[in-house]
Order: sequence, then C-alpha cells, then structure tokens
Amino acid sequence: MTQPLISIRELHTHFRTDDGIVKAVDGVSFDIAAGETLGIVGESGSGKSVTCLSMLGLVPSPPAFFPRGEVLFDGLDLLQLREQELKDVRGDKIAMIFQDSMTSLNPYLTVERQLTEVLEIHRGISRREARAQCIEMLEMVGIPSPEKRIDQYPHEYSGGMRQRVMIAMALLCKPRLLIADEPTTALDVTIQAQILELIDELKRELNMSVILITHDLGVIAGTTDRVAVMYAGRIVEQGSTEAVFATPCHPYTRGLLQSIPRLDDPTVEKLFAIPGVPPDLSALPRGCPFHPRCDSVTDRCRVEYPDIVQFGNGQWSVCWEAEATA
Amino acid sequence: MSTSAQNLEPRELIEGTSLWQDAWKRLRKNRMALICGYIVTGIILSCVVGPFLMALWGYDYQSQNLEYGAHSPSLTHWFGTDFFGRDLFTRVLYGGRVSLLVGFLAAVVSATIGTLYGAVSGFAGGRVDAIMMRIVDVLYALPYMFLVIILVTIFGRRLELVFIALGFVGWLMTARIVRGQVLSLKQQEFIQAARSVGVSDTAIVLRHLIPNTLGPIIIYFTLTVPSMILQEAFLSFLGLGVQEPLPSLGALINDGANQMVVFWWQLVFPGTVMALLLFSLNFLGDGLRDALDPKMK
Amino acid sequence: MGHFILGRVLGLIPTMFVIITLSFFIIRLAPGSPFSSEKALPPEVLKDLQEKYGFDKGLWAQYIGYVVNLCKGDLGLSTKYPQRSVNEIIAIGFPVTMTLAAVALIWALLLGVTAGIVGAVRQNTIWDYGAMTAAMLGISIPTFVFGPLLVLLFALSIYILPPAGWGTWRHIILPGLTLGTVRAAYIARLTRAGMLEVVSSDFVRTARAKGLQERLIIWRHMLKGGLLPVVTYLGPAISFMMVGSVVVEKIFSTPGIGPYLVDATTNRDYFLVMGIVVLESTFLLLMNLLVDIAYGYLDPRIQYE
Repeated sequence: MTQPLISIRELHTHFRTDDGIVKAVDGVSFDIAAGETLGIVGESGSGKSVTCLSMLGLVPSPPAFFPRGEVLFDGLDLLQLREQELKDVRGDKIAMIFQDSMTSLNPYLTVERQLTEVLEIHRGISRREARAQCIEMLEMVGIPSPEKRIDQYPHEYSGGMRQRVMIAMALLCKPRLLIADEPTTALDVTIQAQILELIDELKRELNMSVILITHDLGVIAGTTDRVAVMYAGRIVEQGSTEAVFATPCHPYTRGLLQSIPRLDDPTVEKLFAIPGVPPDLSALPRGCPFHPRCDSVTDRCRVEYPDIVQFGNGQWSVCWEAEATA
Repeated sequence: MSTSAQNLEPRELIEGTSLWQDAWKRLRKNRMALICGYIVTGIILSCVVGPFLMALWGYDYQSQNLEYGAHSPSLTHWFGTDFFGRDLFTRVLYGGRVSLLVGFLAAVVSATIGTLYGAVSGFAGGRVDAIMMRIVDVLYALPYMFLVIILVTIFGRRLELVFIALGFVGWLMTARIVRGQVLSLKQQEFIQAARSVGVSDTAIVLRHLIPNTLGPIIIYFTLTVPSMILQEAFLSFLGLGVQEPLPSLGALINDGANQMVVFWWQLVFPGTVMALLLFSLNFLGDGLRDALDPKMK
Repeated sequence: MGHFILGRVLGLIPTMFVIITLSFFIIRLAPGSPFSSEKALPPEVLKDLQEKYGFDKGLWAQYIGYVVNLCKGDLGLSTKYPQRSVNEIIAIGFPVTMTLAAVALIWALLLGVTAGIVGAVRQNTIWDYGAMTAAMLGISIPTFVFGPLLVLLFALSIYILPPAGWGTWRHIILPGLTLGTVRAAYIARLTRAGMLEVVSSDFVRTARAKGLQERLIIWRHMLKGGLLPVVTYLGPAISFMMVGSVVVEKIFSTPGIGPYLVDATTNRDYFLVMGIVVLESTFLLLMNLLVDIAYGYLDPRIQYE
C-alpha cells in the first residue's frame, strides 16, 4: 500500500468553556491517499469542520487544546508545528475553502489583492507577476473576463462566482490537499452541481486530494470516493462511498440515508427523521454516544463504547450491532 | 435541500430562560461589573443616608467656622475642611447626593424624551421620520454648550430644573438609537405577524416594539447617567451649576482645583469620589451591555 | 461622487439657515438684555446703545438685518467688548481653538487606536485588561480634574511645561493632552470593538488559512474594516473637542473662543454668541460631510450615486 498523503491519528480537539470541557473532536482517525476524494458527513456539531480546522491549526487555542493525536503530513506532525512553520503549509501545500463566500472574502479588498498576496507570500514573486497568474487561475475556474473582474470587490460578484474565486485562491499554489468545508451549502442547486464539477475537474488536473465536508448526502453520493460519517466528535462509519450507501453498517448512517426524501417511493407517507437530538458535547452519555436515539440499541451499547468492526471491503463501523444489522 | 434537522436541546425548549434571566446570569459572572455594582450601591447609600448620620453628629454642609479655616484631613474632619471651615466629608456626601440626583433625573428625562421621539419617528417612517430626524440633525449641530447654557439661564439654577435642562439637550442620541432599533424591528416577521392578526398600531408600539428596544435603552441609560453627572460637573465648573451653598461634586472639584497647590485635599477627595463613581457606573453599564447582547463573543 | 458631494454641500445651506434662525430666537428667549448687567444706565445712553446695535428695531427686522450682514461676512458688534467687532474676536480666537482641537484629536487617535488594536489582538490578556481599564479611567476622569492634575505634575512639581498661556509649542502640550486623553479612551474602546468584530470574522480566518503572517493580516485585512467605527466617531469626536475646549481653555487660559461662548451667553452678548454658534455649527457640518465621504472611500460597499 502506498504511503497516504495525510494521516490523522486519534485526533482530539477539546474546548475549555464555562460549562465544562466540550469534546468537539474525540478520537478521529483516517488516511487520505493521493488523488482521492474523502467526504466527511454529519450533522451540525458532529465535529467535521473542527477536525479539518484542527489539521491546519486554525482552531483558536485557547480555548481549544489537543490532549492527544497527530496529523502526519510530509513526515511532520502538523499539530506539533509552531505557527511560523504552519504558515508555510497553509495555502501552499494544504488549502481550505469555506462555506460562506460572502463573509469569507474580505469586503474591503479587491479580489486581485486577495489573490496576489497568496503568490507573493508563498512564491516570493512580485505583485505584477502574480497578477498574471491569478488572471489565468480565474479563467481556469470559469470567471468570464477575468482581466477586468479581478479588480472588482467581492460584493460585485454573484454567490457562485465568489465561490469560484475562493477555489481559485485556494489552488494558486497547486496544493496537494484541498479541504472544502461545505462549499456548496449556501448555493443554489444548479450552481452546486457546477461547483462540485469544477472541484472534480481541477482535482484531476492538478492531481490533488480533496476532503469534502458536508451534511448533504446527495453531495457525497455524486463526488466522493470514500466517505466518513461523523457523530458526536467521532467517526462512526467509514468506507467507500458505494459500499456505505449500498450497505450501511451503522444505525446512524442508516438513519441518515432513510431521511433523504424520495420522490420515487409512493408508500412513504411521513418524512423520516432520526428521533432525539444530538448530544451535549460537554456531557456525553456513557457507552455509545448514539445509543439514546438508536433503534437497535442493546444494554451493552448503553455502557460500553463499541469497538471497531472491520468488513472485508475496507468498510468499518463502530457499533456493537454492526454485524447483526449489516 | 439538507437532510439533517437543526435540533434544539430539549432542556432549552422546556425551561425557556427569558432574555432577562439569561442576561442576569451573564452579568453575575462578570466579576468586575459586580464589584462596580457594589461600589455604586455603596456610594448611593452613603450619599443618601450619610448626610442624616452626619447631621446627628453635628456636621452639615454649610456651617462655617471661619476661625478654623482650612485644615488637612484629621480625626474630626476626615476629608479636611475648606476655606470657610466647612467639613469636606459632609460636603462631599451632599455633593454626591446632588450629583447623583441630577445625573439620574437628567438621564430619565433624556431617556423618556428620546425613546418616545425615536419610537414615533421610526414607527411612522417615511416623510414624518425624515423630518423628525432632520430636526435631530440640526439640534445635533448646535453647540451643546450654547444650548445648555441657554436652557439653564431660562430655567434658572435651581436644583429641580438643572436636570431638565440637561435632559433636554441629551435626548438626541437616545432618539437616534431607539429609532434605529424600531426601524429594524419593524421589518421583522413577528411584527408583520402581529399586524396580520389585527393588532392595532398603538398596541404594536407599546407591546412589541418598545419592550424589544428596552435592552439598548437600558444600556444607554446606564451610560447616560455618568455622562449627565459629568455634564453637571462641567456646568458647575463654569459657574453655572446648582447654586451655592448647595454643593455638587463638580463645584467642589472646581473649588479644589483653584486651590490645589495649597489645599490639595479639596481636589483629591471630591475628585476621587467622582472618578470612582463614574468609573463604576461606566463599567456597570458595559457589563450590562455585554450581558444583554445576545451576540456575545 | 461629485454630484453627491455637491448635493450634500447645497443641502447644508438650508440646515445652516435653520440653525441661524433657531439660535437667533433661542438666545433671545433668555430673560434679560445685553445691558441689564451693567450698572444702571441713564436712559439716553441706553437708547443710543440700542440704536447702535439695532435693538430698537422690531425682532424680524433685526433678524433680516442679521442675515443680510451675515451674507456679507459681517458678524456684528460685541456688546461686552464695544471696541471690537465679532469678526475680530473670532478671528483671533478661532484659530487657537482649532489648533488645540487638532492637536487633541491627533493625540486621541494615536493613543486610542493603538490601545484599541493592542486590546483586540491580545484579547483577554493583561494587555487587553490594562488598556481597557486605562480607557475606562480616561472616560471617568473629567477634564477639569485631569487638567489640574497634569499641571500639578508637569508644571508645578517638575518644571518642564508651562501651566498656562499660549505662544510656543510647549503651551499646546498640556491642554492638548488634557483634551485628547479623554477622547482617546472612547476611541480605544471603539477601535477595540471594531477590531474584535474583524478579528473573529470569516475573512480573517481565510487569510490565516492562506498562510499569511499575523502582522500582515492585521495591517492589510483587519485595519480597514476595524477602523470604520472610529471614522464614524470622528464627527462626534470633533464636536466634543469643541465643547471640551471650553473647559480646557478656561483651565489653561488659552486664548481660544471657548470661554467667550460661555461669557457671551451669560452676558447676553447676542452678536458674539451668534457668531460663535454659526461658525462652530458650520464647521461641524462640514466635518461631518468630510467624514461621510471618507467612509465612502473606505468601505467599497457603500454606493453614492
């Protein structure tokens, strides 16, 4: 097996708050191989964004702290790097784009300024030289008349265009890994598809890996190679997208899949929703964190945190009933 | 679009802490604001009760003792005495009383006028609003000093009226803030919902709009009080405040400043009390604002 | 943009008109007359004086006369200082007050903005608490306490600065410090609040994710947005400077027009008061306009057609 591009091992990200310690990420491990797209799916508060922000050291700490874990990239543990060294990784080798392009771009600076500075910092070239490359990049992401539009301000772009600008900004240094945190959630469905296609295209052209964070299973189905399902700060199921969708091995994953409204099933009268609410991350229940809402819960689930159950096709799930219900 | 549900914790749904309870909880956690709250209460109590106590022991703010003259702090005169032999401690207590009274009442006047004006203007909208705000702009441009002095000269320097003069000039800011709030509230859906059910305009203003603007009004009020106390002090400094021999902190400081080289205590004590009072009030107001602001960092 | 400026400037004229009218009639609301404080004057002298100043005419006639003269640039005569015209008095005093206000403002900005940025960037550390407590102190100590304290310290204990007067650059320091430090406190708090909003904003997170250094992020990304509240505050700040100068000028015997305003109002010196009021109001309105324009430059989202 080839060396993975990046390896997250037992990542824990906890926050010290007035109400106690919030375990936003509580033992997350996964690998990403070169050229693959991993989807991370889960509800709000499942820890998917914090996981990726932790990878790049973008979580304010304090109040966050990392009691355990490593993020292995290029032979280094990113969690151990000082701010100075992390800066060289961010934007250059690993890039991240965010959900809301309107607030994620500086409204007071031109697009040109926000693009060229990336190249100025990481490639040491002058602003004029950088400008030419940025215009090329804007063209690549599908912005019309880039030479003119580059001097405009973010608010002069439409939502979809802005997201493309974000992507351009992230890819200027040809990173090896792109983390996309809900890149399409704020967009119309048709634009969503365009953006996802764009990311896919560029991924192939630049031979990079992508982590796609979303709560939308439809997005996962269309674009990812593998998927990790997160709940209460942990991964509860992982595997190839095909396998997980076809044969989910965790009650939560099943619940998610069942909740997708379907037009083609006339027998369904009520929309399905997983009963209950996500747990309080500062006061997790004993045993499996999902057990209060689980339809296959046993006594063991209430007391003991489940072991990992591996399946032949590389899929694994964290559930006592995984084999029984698979 | 999305398949996940945005769930509230059942705890929150059942217990429903109101905005005020929530704010109170937050305020209690803010130690600095609490300490300042105690200080303010302490000062207020001293100034209200103190003079009576002092009278029992034979001190009051105006009896002179010309032979004794000015003396630095001693056991019989904790803050010392002034040129006329008047006990400074009692005078500071009285002065605090006057300053607090004027400050508080002026803030009330300005808050009332400002709230009503702003609410009406914001709610009416359109041309009425534009005209009303123009008036505010014009008044805003007039030099503050000028207006205050005129009003004081019209109303006279009696205690009962100084605060009206101050309040009259200070309501502009409150009006602007309340109007802004009302404007943004007007657009919100719960107002439209109330309208659609047939609630009358007056009821909307009284029952929905004003309670929802109470937050900023209160915050602004707590910040206006120290500002008014300061204004009164300014007036006294210029010789236009409450009349002798009734002391106010501002007048005391003025006297003290004139003689600070020789009689330092006359500046230091009233000055410290005033600074302490203002400081605590401001901090308290700040704490209130942090506590009431749902978008707290 | 040019249209906008022109429109606003023209819009100032009716506002000025209203201000002039208001002040004209308001000051005459105050009981008493310019001559009542003098020792009792014989009636012929009184009549002469009334004529000289035009007080014998009807109120409206006086008003119109005043406006006409105003357009000609003549602000009238002072009743308290009969040898001098209002123009003269203002010409001497106004520049002084302006200089003082300018110095105070620059000081307030330097001190306040720096403190605010430090407080925001090092939020909840000792720097933050220190800066904000100092700012709070600044707001709580009135100018007329602060001023004498400074004098006590710098002029009377250590003889490096003059305690009063005007003339050399040294004379500006203490009054400027006094007037400016209090405003610095407000500016510090505003800056900190503005910067805090920016510090936790998404686009700063993006800037970090791009690998920019902290200093560059502060300088290029945070300042523009973070300082906007300060720019809006400049308008009120300038007006506070003018108000505060009254007290400061009294403390330091600075020959500005501040004290004149108070005395003139108390003495019912109509023309002098009007002159100062008109001038200060015009100045304020112009400043507010400038601030609005500056704001438009800084925030590209504001559209002025």
